[in-house]
Amino acid sequence: MFDNLTGKLQEVFKKLSKRGKLSEADVDEGLREVRLALLEADVNFKVVKEFLARVRVRAVGVEVSEALNPAQQVIKIVHEELLTTLGTAAPLDLSGPSPHVIMLVGLQGSGKTTTAAKLAVRLRSIGNRPLLVAADTYRPAAVAQLETLGKQLNVPVHSEGVGKAPPEICSNGLKKAREQAYSVVVLDTAGRLAIDDQMMAELEAIKQITKPNEVLLVSDAMTGQDAVRTAEEFHRRVGLTGLILTKVDGDARGGAAISIRSVTGVPIKFMGIGEKTDALEVFHPDRLASRILGMGDMLTLIEKAQENFDQDEAAKAAQKMMEARFDMEDFLQQLQQVKKLGPISGLLDMIPGLGGMKQQVDPQQAEAQMKRIEAIINSMTPDERHRPDILNGGRKRRIARGSGTTVQDVNQLLREFREMQKMMKQFSSGKGRGLANMFRGH
Amino acid sequence: MLERVKSIRDALTRTRQAAFGRVATLLGATEITPEFWDELEALLIQADLGVETTADILEKAKAHVKREGIIRTDALKSVLKAELRAMLVTAEPLDLTTDDLRVVLIVGTNGSGKTTSIAKLAAWFKGQGRSVLLAAADTFRAAAGDQLDVWADRAGVPVIGGQPGSDPGAIVYDALQAAQSRKVNVVLIDTAGRLHTKFNLMQELKKVRNVTAKAAAGAPHETWLVLDGTTGQNALAQAQQFKAAVEVTGVIITKLDGTAKGGMVFAVSHQLQLPIRFIATGEKLGDIALFDAAAFVDGLFE
Repeated sequence: MFDNLTGKLQEVFKKLSKRGKLSEADVDEGLREVRLALLEADVNFKVVKEFLARVRVRAVGVEVSEALNPAQQVIKIVHEELLTTLGTAAPLDLSGPSPHVIMLVGLQGSGKTTTAAKLAVRLRSIGNRPLLVAADTYRPAAVAQLETLGKQLNVPVHSEGVGKAPPEICSNGLKKAREQAYSVVVLDTAGRLAIDDQMMAELEAIKQITKPNEVLLVSDAMTGQDAVRTAEEFHRRVGLTGLILTKVDGDARGGAAISIRSVTGVPIKFMGIGEKTDALEVFHPDRLASRILGMGDMLTLIEKAQENFDQDEAAKAAQKMMEARFDMEDFLQQLQQVKKLGPISGLLDMIPGLGGMKQQVDPQQAEAQMKRIEAIINSMTPDERHRPDILNGGRKRRIARGSGTTVQDVNQLLREFREMQKMMKQFSSGKGRGLANMFRGH
Repeated sequence: MLERVKSIRDALTRTRQAAFGRVATLLGATEITPEFWDELEALLIQADLGVETTADILEKAKAHVKREGIIRTDALKSVLKAELRAMLVTAEPLDLTTDDLRVVLIVGTNGSGKTTSIAKLAAWFKGQGRSVLLAAADTFRAAAGDQLDVWADRAGVPVIGGQPGSDPGAIVYDALQAAQSRKVNVVLIDTAGRLHTKFNLMQELKKVRNVTAKAAAGAPHETWLVLDGTTGQNALAQAQQFKAAVEVTGVIITKLDGTAKGGMVFAVSHQLQLPIRFIATGEKLGDIALFDAAAFVDGLFE
């Protein structure tokens, strides 16, 4: 609903002149839309209130510049203020004598165990010797889960079944780390409610015994308004040093991150972005800010495009498209340029409004499809690429053999190519339907 | 049994006091002022009802106030109650007497509480005199099968599983064959958690559903989505996608024993016409209860 905040704000500010200062009334009207966007993104109600108050102070009286219209101006201030609130990415604190202890805490199902494994892999990749400690003796098979992950990843796990108290297990794990020269110990604690006094006391005990460098709250990006209360309580009881936001690969806007940041002041350290064990990403404040505002991640996409696209080639292709002289050779080059930008799924996420397309387009199939198209075009002669119309049955059979595909595949590509040419004519006449169909696969 | 009901009541009371208790206070016998509406909005949004649902409820309440000349907040109470209750879809009661096999497919995102809920459901159905068999079709998450085994043991119900990484469809098939030959009443199928945005994993889930449909007549009779009660507005997207993929017929709300309010159930139930079947609240087998819409809404104003 609020997928395009910029568009909404532009609507609000349409009646304003392009010059002059932003009045209180202008700003208030614009901020109403911002408020809705933030609430839709699950930013806590009170946090939104404080946030908007700060933005208001900055925005009222601001000179509307030549470069930006009022809507963009407000967005810019909101975006900057969001970045300030989110803070910068903070590295793990691995100072002092080793072994360093990293303690993971959080609610049930937030993703602690998976995150512990991902963190260990990451630590190993930067030259550490990690030891995982299975301190969740409550959830059935939580210990077995960590042991299995450890085996898969070849990371040692200290576990003592479920018979002992978690503080004791952590203490023994730390002892083992000292004796066997592990450099980092990652404690996987049980999920618990922040209001469960006994369970919170257990965390305090673990903290006291192991003196961790980091106490990281693992929080689900899909969390709603209650994120604030949970984070406050964990912070009050065990003193958090950072946050790991999980399940960021879904389509939740992740407003909880702002809420947690606001009430605890601790930095966001990592984001969990997938089912694979290397899917832990360093936190990018700008990406999250755009996402919370529902603006996609155009900045990254533009940057990537600038880095990777050959500007001259792109201009030439665009020219050809406009003139509908686009042939198979141009198509191949375009595909190769797009490939340089990274996986399709990543691209779809970054384009505002296209994130939802992932439900219709299977990124993996799309990539396989791209490979097939490349192989088919590569098996064509230059003449065939320029004039696909000359392809007869014999040529198609040869191309199919050469590319390891079938004549049906070749025919399908030709059909889609002709469709695309049609689309381009529409584009140049101002109407277009996007690339969705091209990558729909089979 | 009574004890269990009481503990769920206690847990939910905490939720109510945290959020809706304040609505009740707000709805004491005072006059309706502009500040009242602001505060009501704040409370509903903080209960995770979402911007749209909150605006909707407020608008309806205001219309009542205007039409019926309500001037005091306590009189608004029954109006708000009725509107909130009307948003929750009522389900046909579960048939707990049939001798025919009933298959329930349990789906949801990672960490929403599927496996724990299945254990509780198994105990619940058993308590209703039904024979139960579990299918451990989450072969992806490390030790998910072990987790279900432990629970099945506690609940005293058999479980059919397979090797980690094996085909979930094959396990479902085996489980349904076993259920039919053993004349079991209810089969609960545990599936791997998946984000609703993952195309491949949602396709896989469709496949599991198809296998279920082929392995037993009329199966799955129910497909329940497990929603984490602490989830915010994303719950609606989850429910939409899961419904589109595997024809979800009902919802189970978990983790309502904390301070989260679960207000997103209103939008989920209303917009997708999905009944809420159960509420789960804790870590014990008995921490589950049939969802009672009227009682749930009444409870908000206690």
